[in-house]
Parts: sequence; C-alpha cells; structure tokens
Amino acid sequence: MRDTVLITGISGNLGRTLARILHRTEKVAGLDRRPFAGKPKDLELHQLDIRKKKVEDVFRRGEIRALLHMAIMHDPRLSQSEHHSFNVLGTKAVLEFAAKYGVQKVVVLSSTNVYGPRPDNDNFLTEDAPLLGSQNFPDIRDLIEVDMYAQQYMWKQPEVETVILRPVHIVGPHVRNAPSNYLRLKRPWVLAGFDPMVQLIHEEDAARAMQLSLKPGARGVYNVVGPGEVPLGTVLRELGRQPIPVPHLLARPILDRLWTYRITGFPPPELDHLQFLCTVDGSKAEKDLGYRPSFTLRETIRSVLDEAPARANLSVVI
Amino acid sequence: MALRAPVESQSTALVRFDADRPKGLLGRLRGAMEKWTLQQGGKDLEARLARLVAPQNEYGVDPFGLDLEFAKAALAPALWLYKSWFRVETHGVEQVPAGRALIIANHSGQLPFDALMIGVAMLLEAEPPRICRAMVERWAPTLPFVAPFFARIGQVVGTPENARRLLAAGETLMVFPEGTRGLNKTFEKKYQLQEFGLGFMRLALEVQAPIVPVAVVGAEEQAPALWDFKAAAKILGFPSLPVTPTVLPVPLPVKYRLHFGAPMRFSGSADDEDAELERKVKEVKARVQAMLNRGVEERKGIFF
Repeated sequence: MRDTVLITGISGNLGRTLARILHRTEKVAGLDRRPFAGKPKDLELHQLDIRKKKVEDVFRRGEIRALLHMAIMHDPRLSQSEHHSFNVLGTKAVLEFAAKYGVQKVVVLSSTNVYGPRPDNDNFLTEDAPLLGSQNFPDIRDLIEVDMYAQQYMWKQPEVETVILRPVHIVGPHVRNAPSNYLRLKRPWVLAGFDPMVQLIHEEDAARAMQLSLKPGARGVYNVVGPGEVPLGTVLRELGRQPIPVPHLLARPILDRLWTYRITGFPPPELDHLQFLCTVDGSKAEKDLGYRPSFTLRETIRSVLDEAPARANLSVVI
Repeated sequence: MALRAPVESQSTALVRFDADRPKGLLGRLRGAMEKWTLQQGGKDLEARLARLVAPQNEYGVDPFGLDLEFAKAALAPALWLYKSWFRVETHGVEQVPAGRALIIANHSGQLPFDALMIGVAMLLEAEPPRICRAMVERWAPTLPFVAPFFARIGQVVGTPENARRLLAAGETLMVFPEGTRGLNKTFEKKYQLQEFGLGFMRLALEVQAPIVPVAVVGAEEQAPALWDFKAAAKILGFPSLPVTPTVLPVPLPVKYRLHFGAPMRFSGSADDEDAELERKVKEVKARVQAMLNRGVEERKGIFF
C-alpha cells in the first residue's frame, strides 16, 4: 500500500525534528547514511548514501506516497566536488526514482540563500526573483543547482506534485547550521555601520511547512518565513550578545586569513548576510499552503538559547 | 510617550522599547535628541507623532525597518533645519490626499535637504501626519551607518517592487524623477528641470496612485555648484563632485518655499509604450516647472 512518507537526510538535526512531528500522523521512513540517534521503533531507516544503487530498492517496493528531500548538505569545509556529487547527483537520483515509481508528491527543501544577500535586493523578494546567491559565494552553486533542477523537474514530471520550499534562516534548539551557530556566539562579529533586517524561522515551523506541503494539490515554489523581520542588532541584543563591530573593508581580508588558517568556521562570503538584505515575501505559502508560524518573534529568536537535550534523550521526547 | 496607543495585549512590548534602546553613550544621545525634538515641536508635535501608526512588531520596527522611536530622535536636527535654518514656508500642503500618493518634486542643492524638508512638512503640516517614504539610491545600502539610518527612519531602496508594495499598503512615496541629474546640476541650470525618468508614471498607473506635484524653491541656492569635477567623481565612485563656494556642499541659510500642487490622476495601462508614458510624464513635468517659475517670481528674496 502506498502510505509511506520517505524523508531523505532524516538523521540530521532538522530531519529528526521533522520526523518527530510527522511521525504522529504519517507512516514515516528515512533514508540517510548516518545512524538515527533515538529512532522510534516503528520508523524504518534505510541507512544508505542517496547516491547508491540500492536506493532504487527503497522506491521499488511501491510503498512511498511522498518524498521529502532534505538530504542537501552545506559544509563549507568540504570540497566542491563532494558537495556537487552529493547534492546535485543525489537529488537527481532520488527525484528520478520518485517519478519512475509513481510517487505522487515530492517536496524539496531549498532555502532563501539561493537569492543571496545583495544591496539592491527588494525588501521582500518573491519566488520569481532571480537566484543570484552564488554570484558572491561560488561555493553554494550546487544549492542553486538543486533548486533549479527541482524547478525543471516540476515541469518535466507534471504527474508528480512537486513543492520547492525556500525557508529563511532556520534556528532552534536542535539545528546547528551557520545562522544558528552565529547567533550562539557570545561575541559575534558584526559589520560596523550595518544592521540589516533579518528573518528567522523556528525549526518546528519549518518542519510544519514541510508537513503542510504534503497536502494533496499543493505544488509550486514557496518562500517560507517566520514571524516577521527584525534588525540583526536587535536579535543580538535580545540574546544578550556583545557584538564586535568590525569595519567591513577590514572584515573580509581578516576573515579570509582566519578561514585559510582554519581558525574560524565562518565562511567569508557569509559576511554579506551581516551587511545586506536577503528577506522574502512569504505570503504565497500562507495563501496556498495555509502555513503560519506558530512561534512568536521573541520565541523564535530565543530558541537558539535552549540547549537541545542530548541526542540519546530524544527518544523520550518522541 | 508611546507613539501608538498601547493595546492591552501589547503593554509589555512598550516596556521592551526602553530595554531595546542601546545603553551607554548612544542611548543617552538618543534620549537627548528625543527631548530636543519635543522641545522644538511642543505639544502640537507630540499629538501629531502620537497619530502615526506603523505596523510594528514586538521590537518596535515595521517590516521595512522603520523604527518610530528612533525616527523621533532623528527628527530633532531635521526640525531645527526646517524651523530655524531654512525657515520653511509651505503652500497648498492641505491638497495632499490621505492614503497612497506619489509626491513628485524637483531635486536640487547637491545634498538632498529638499527631500528631508518635504518629509518634515508631511509630518508637521499634512493631514493626516505621516512618514513619507523616499526611494533612496541603490548604492545607499552599501554605505556604512547611512544604510541602517535610512532604514530606521523609513527610507527604502528605490526598487519598483518596494515602491509598489508601499503604495499598495497606503503609504506616501516621494520620488525625484530627475534623480542625481537634478540634484547635482551646476548653478547656471538652476530651476530648469532636467530629464524626468518614466518609472514613477508606470507605478502610478499600476497602483492607481494620485501624483502630487511639488516645487521646491530655495534649495537651488543652498549650495551653488560652479563646476562639476566629473573625472575625480568617477575615480571616487561618486555620482558627481560639485565645487561650491563653501568648498564642501554645506547648505547656506536660504529660505525654503514648498509649493504643493493639486493631485493629478492619470488613467491608462502601465505597460503602454514609452511614448505614451512620456506624454503623461511631460504633463507632470510641465506642472512642476510652472509652479517653480511662479514660486521663483513671487519670492521676495533668496535668504528671506
């Protein structure tokens, strides 16, 4: 019977949050090369690299109703070719299997980083804005390629309901991505004289948006926003941080050095996020998917302060 | 004083305003500036400020980054310029309609004090009082300190999409169709309108916004540019490098006269050919030029 929702990248921090939410209402299976710490007993995990041939077997059984594809990695220390191979080839492989074996719904998790922070951005980018994120940050080219591939797929496979979600910076007690790690710094760098508006979304809100896109009939590209826009400086003040203002002309060369010598984990091109706008209009997702954030702005900001329970304890939560 | 009537459920947000104000020297400076604003404006201004509404979140900023509390502090020097330095006189400001509107004015004076003065006039004298949104140059977001300052006082990068969004929300926009061509022209071209862009007309047709023509008389003489040092400007990446008698384009204490005209309404498609739009734009330009000519003729002096 076709009743299973397959989540790729399920063992990641966001993947486990999503699994926890979805598991209440759906039959969930996972596909990840990493083990799933604290996996619920009735959740089937296929511990495989998504590029492996055996992945086809997972689809061949014909049980999969929907594919939630979030096995897209972004580790700026890893080589470009590894990124490209895992993200682009991996995405192509699972999406093609989905079409071949009659999966009705495919949801791809992209992000608003594909638009890129730019001085001449509209304050609220809509889904048809050009994807210029790699212009100043070539290392994320593969993330844009994944988004573009998914858009092509949407047209090429009209019988599959494809949804591309582009959430804003995801934060929360569990996620460990670049924005949430930045907000966890006690003395984060800021660029002197710049204080762009930022948008954050709580990990559970992002997961709920993915859940809502499983709704029959939903298809298209959607920006997914949290509870509003706020200056970066205000976020840091709310968190009690003591930011270090660095002149932007110095910050880049300094960070370049620190990055080269592996003293920092903060990729220099990400400084653009501290300088320019990359904020989006999320009204389309609200209208079509019925998505609304459930966390307030303050709760969302403060969620990075909640230390996640140790991974092994997650089973208690589930 | 809260800029917005406290709703019961938001009472904690108002407490947070103060908590969110920067501490130390900056916070003290802001406090002093707020006091200066109220000193200059008195009870009347306080009442007008209280009528401003912006869709704020729990941190006191609107989605575009406008922070009314910050704007109140930043208003102080603008008020001083308006009342004491330029001694601005306004005519016909009561004709500005409530709700969405495009203010179209001539641009001059090397530094955009004309925009600032129109902004203050809309706050002090228009009905209802409002914070006018100027569409700022696209390079403004790359300038440190300038970028967040503009955002906090409600000024937005001039992309068509931003303009559309603001007008649709019922805001008043200020556009100078001459752009830097008008702002940085040399003195012998004073009070001659330079080429108008067409963008504002497409916008007005698209969202059905009335156009309010405004003539600014006085700004031309605040910093007469004798010569534009174009080669140096190019090297420095400036739009122009005017040479004025005061070396830096510091404004002289000229008297400003703002003439607001009756709103103009146009019909037609925003996707019409340029030629069709040009005809409409010409009409607006002619109106502003006529108001300018009359204003210059009628004034008693440049400084008084």
